Amino acid sequence: MSDTPMLDQLETGPWPSFVKDLKRTAAKKPQVKDLLGQLERSYEEKITHWKHGGIVGVLGYGSGIIGRYSDLPDDFPGLEHFHTMRINQPSGWFYTTAALRMLCDIWDQYGSGVMNMHGSTGDIIFLGTTTDNLEPCFQALAQKGFDIGGSGSAMRSPSCCCGPSRCEWSCYDTMEACYDITQEFQFELHRPGFPYKFKFKFSGCPNDCVAAVARADCSVIGVWKDDIRIDAAAVKAYAGGELKPKGGGAHVDKLDIQKDVVDLCPTQCMSWDGNALKINNRECNHCMHCINLMPQALRPGTEKGATILLGSHAPILEGAQMSWVIVPFMEMEKPFDGLKELGANIMEWWTENGKNRERVGELILRLGMREFCLAVGLDPVPQSIKTPRCNPFFFWHPEDFEAEAEGKTYIKL
Amino acid sequence: MAEDRITDIGPPHYEQFLPPVIKANYGKWKYHEIPQPGVLKHVGESGDELYTVRCGAGRLLTTDYVREVCDIADKFCDGHVRWTSRNNIEFLTPKKENVEPLIAAIKAQGWPVGGTGHSVTSIVHTQGWIHCHTPAIDASGVVKAVMDDLFEYFGEHKLPAQVRISLACCLNMCGAVHCSDIAILGIHRTPPKIFHDKLRHVCEIPTTIASCPTGAIRPHPDKNIKSVVVNAERCMYCGNCYTMCPAMPLFDPEKGGVALLIGGKVSNAKHPPMFSRLGVPYLPNNPPRWPETCQAIRKILLAYANGANKWERVGEWITRIGWSRFFDICEIPFTFQHIDDYKWAYDTYNTSMHFKF
Ligand code: HEM
Ligand code: HEM
Ligand code: HEM
Ligand code: HEM
Ligand code: SF4
Ligand code: SF4
Ligand code: SF4
Ligand code: SF4
Repeated sequence: MSDTPMLDQLETGPWPSFVKDLKRTAAKKPQVKDLLGQLERSYEEKITHWKHGGIVGVLGYGSGIIGRYSDLPDDFPGLEHFHTMRINQPSGWFYTTAALRMLCDIWDQYGSGVMNMHGSTGDIIFLGTTTDNLEPCFQALAQKGFDIGGSGSAMRSPSCCCGPSRCEWSCYDTMEACYDITQEFQFELHRPGFPYKFKFKFSGCPNDCVAAVARADCSVIGVWKDDIRIDAAAVKAYAGGELKPKGGGAHVDKLDIQKDVVDLCPTQCMSWDGNALKINNRECNHCMHCINLMPQALRPGTEKGATILLGSHAPILEGAQMSWVIVPFMEMEKPFDGLKELGANIMEWWTENGKNRERVGELILRLGMREFCLAVGLDPVPQSIKTPRCNPFFFWHPEDFEAEAEGKTYIKL
Repeated sequence: MAEDRITDIGPPHYEQFLPPVIKANYGKWKYHEIPQPGVLKHVGESGDELYTVRCGAGRLLTTDYVREVCDIADKFCDGHVRWTSRNNIEFLTPKKENVEPLIAAIKAQGWPVGGTGHSVTSIVHTQGWIHCHTPAIDASGVVKAVMDDLFEYFGEHKLPAQVRISLACCLNMCGAVHCSDIAILGIHRTPPKIFHDKLRHVCEIPTTIASCPTGAIRPHPDKNIKSVVVNAERCMYCGNCYTMCPAMPLFDPEKGGVALLIGGKVSNAKHPPMFSRLGVPYLPNNPPRWPETCQAIRKILLAYANGANKWERVGEWITRIGWSRFFDICEIPFTFQHIDDYKWAYDTYNTSMHFKF
C-alpha cells in the first residue's frame, strides 16, 4: 500500500502534478520522501506540521534565510531542519539553461532539490536545507554570481515586468531600473534595519503585470505624457476585421470600434466617424484599454517615464491598502537618480518615525500626507487624490499664514 | 578564509540571460499578436520576430523538473527561457518553424500550453502545508485541484476578459491575492488554544503579548500560572502569536477552511485597480481535492462568463450589476460576515438608493 494515498489522488488530472514531481526526487533524496510523508500527514489531519523559530542565516546578513523546523522530527528526521533560502532573481526572470543547470547542481548538492519558481516576492526559493549547508550553499552561489534576497524588516528583492525586453508598451527600462535599484540598496536588503519590510516593484505601463500597485510599498508604473501614437491604416484594418482584437487574445474576432473601444473609454476622450479615430489626448487617463484592444494600431506616446505610487501593504494591521500616487511623472533614465534620492528620503523618514511593524503607508496615514511630503521634499499635487476631503477639519500652519502675508491666495481672481 | 567570502553582489545582470533577438530589439518592439492560445508573437521595428510559448506550471518544482525545462529550451530555444509573474514558463525563440515542435515537446512532457488573453492563467499562490507554519489550507494541492477543474479555460480564449485567480493559505496573505478576480484564502476561525504548561517553558511572555496586532493577548490574571490569556472577541485568527510562541496553536482541523474573495484587478484598463471583496465566507477544508472550493469557483466563473459584457473583468461585471444581484445569481446567501466591521467599514456601506430588489 502507498504511504501517501491522499497525495496520490493529486497525480491524476491534466494540470502538472507536484506530487509526481516530488515522488521522483524522493527516490533519490530521503528528505523529500519525508517531506511527502509529512505533507500526507497534514492532508489527513488538516493542520500544518511546521514550526517557526530559531534565527538562522549566513555570516554578516540578517535576511534571506527563513528558519523552518518540523514538529514531527522523530517521524520525519529529514525535516528536522528544513530552512528556506531566498535567492535574488535576475530582472524579468530570464535565464539561460546553463545558469539554471548550475543553480540546480548547487541546490542538489546543498539542499533538497525542491524549489519555487518563484516566491511571491519574486525570488527563486530553495526549500529545505540544514543550518550547516547555508553558508557553503550561499558561497557556491556567490561564486557563480547569485546572491541571497531579502526577508524580515529589510528591503525585499525588487521585481519587474519584462518591460522593454519583450513588450512594446513599456514606458521605461523596468529591467535596468530593477537591477540598478537592487544594487543601490544591497546593504538595506541584507541587513534589516527598517521598522518592517519595504518593497519596490516596477511595471512598464498601467497594465501593471507585476501587480506593483497592490504588492509594493513603492510602486513604479510606466506612463507617457504626450499623444498615443496612432497608425490610421491599422485602425481601419481592425474596423474591417483583418486584424483581431487584443492580437487574437480575445473571445471575439472582430472589433466594433465605436462600441468596444470608444464607448468604453473611461474619459470619453475618443471619437470615431467610421473612418478615422481621434483622441483628445489631453483628457486621456492612460488606462491602456484602447491600446490593449488594438496593439497594432495604437501605442503609448514617446515622452515617457513613470508614476511613483507609495504605500501598499497587506491587510495586517489597519486593513489593506493599495499604493497611491505621490509623483505623477518622473523621468526614468539611467542612473535613476530621482528615484534613488526619493527612495532614500522615504526610507530615512520612515525609519526615523515608524513604529515596529508599521509599513510606510500606515505611517503616512498616521502622521499625514503633509508631514510626509514636507519630509521627503514633495509638493501637493491633485493627481495624488481621488477627491478632496469632504470634512471641514483641515489644519493651518504658521507657514500658511506667512505665505498669505507674502501674497498667496487660494483662487486666482 | 572569511576574507575570501563574496557578499552584497546582488543578482546577476539580466543582460547575460537575454536571447540575441531580444538584445537586438530591446526597447524597439513594435507590436504583438497572439496567433493561438499560449503563443505570443512579438515583432520589432526591425521586422525581427520573437515567438513565446507559454507553459502552465505550479511554483513548487524540483531540480529534476527544471532540468526538463532546460532540455526543451536547449532543443528549441538555444537555451533561453523565462518565468512569468504568475509562475508560467515561457520558451522564447526567433524561429517560427520551431513553434509547433516546441508545443509538441511541451505537451509530450504532459505540460499545458495557454494562459494568454481571455483565459484563466496559472494561479499565483503561497506555500501552504509544504513549508509554512500558519496555513489553514494547503496551497499547491488546492491549486492543482482548481486548475484540473478549470483546465479547459487555460488553453482557450473563451471568457469575456482575462481571469486571474490567486491563493493565499492564511490571512497574512503573503501572495498577491487581494486584487484578483477570484482569490482563494485559507482562514482559521477559532482563537489559539493555550497550553499553559508548555508556554511557561518555551515562550517569552512580553514578546508574545506584543506580537498580537489587535491587542487581544494579556498576561494571565493568576500570576502563579505565568502564562497569557486571549480575549476571543478581539482575535481575528492571524497566527502572529503562534509565530512567537509555539504553545499557542490556532489550528482547528474541522473549523478552518476556505473563503473566496471576488472582483479584484490590478490593471488600469477601463476601471482603476480594484480590491477583491468577500464573496463566499466559508467552504470546508477538504483535502486532497477540495471539491466544494472547486465547485464554488466554477459556479462563479460560469455566472460571470454568462453575464458579463465583452471586455468586462469580474469586478467590472459585479460593479455594473451590483453586489446584491451577484449574490442572487451565484446563489450565495448574504451573511453578517459579508458586512465589513473592521477599521474602514463605513466606506463599504451603501448610503444611496442605488440598489436592487
Ligand atoms: C506575523 C505575520 C507574518 C508572519 C509570521 C510571516 C511569516 C512568513 C514566513 C515564515 C514566510 C516563509 C514561508 C516559507 O517560505 O516557508 C513568509 C513568507 C512571506 N511572507 Fe510573511 N509573514 C507574516 C506576514 C506577512 C505579511 C503581512 C505579508 C504581506 C504583506 C507577508 C508576505 C510574505 C511574502 C511575500 C512571503 C514570501 C512567500 C512566498 O514566496 O510565497 N508576510 N512569511
Ligand atoms: C482575501 C483577501 C486578501 C488576500 C488573500 C490578500 C492577500 C495578500 C497578499 C498575499 C499580499 C502580499 C503580496 C506580496 O507581498 O507580494 C497582499 C498584499 C496586499 N494586500 Fe491583500 N489580500 C486580501 C485582501 C486585501 C484587501 C481587502 C485589501 C485592501 C483593501 C488588500 C490590499 C493589499 C495591499 C495594499 C497589499 C500590499 C502588499 C504588501 O504589503 O506587500 N488586500 N495581500
Ligand atoms: C463646520 C461644519 C458645518 C457647519 C457649522 C454646518 C452648519 C450647518 C447649518 C447651520 C445648517 C443649517 C441648518 C438649518 O437649516 O437650520 C446646515 C445644514 C446642512 N448641512 Fe451643514 N454644517 C457643516 C458641515 C457640513 C458638512 C461637512 C456637510 C456635508 C458633507 C453638511 C451638510 C449639511 C446639509 C445637507 C444641510 C441641510 C441643508 C438643507 O437644509 O438644504 N454640513 N449645516
Ligand atoms: C505586449 C503585451 C503584453 C505582454 C508582453 C505581457 C506580459 C505579461 C506577462 C508575462 C505576465 C505574467 C503572465 C502570466 O504568467 O500569465 C503578465 C501578467 C499580466 N498582464 Fe500582461 N502582458 C501584455 C499585455 C497585457 C494586456 C493587454 C493586459 C491587460 C489588458 C495585461 C495585463 C496583465 C495583468 C493584469 C497581469 C497579471 C498581473 C497579476 O495579476 O499578477 N497585460 N503580462
Ligand atoms: S506592465 Fe505593461 S510594459 Fe510591463 S509587461 Fe505588462 S503590458 Fe508590458
Ligand atoms: S488609454 Fe484609456 S483613457 Fe486613454 S484614450 Fe485609450 S481608452 Fe481612453
Ligand atoms: S499565506 Fe500565510 S500560511 Fe501561507 S505561506 Fe504565507 S504566511 Fe504562510
Ligand atoms: S491569532 Fe492573532 S489576533 Fe488572535 S491572539 Fe494570536 S496574534 Fe492576536
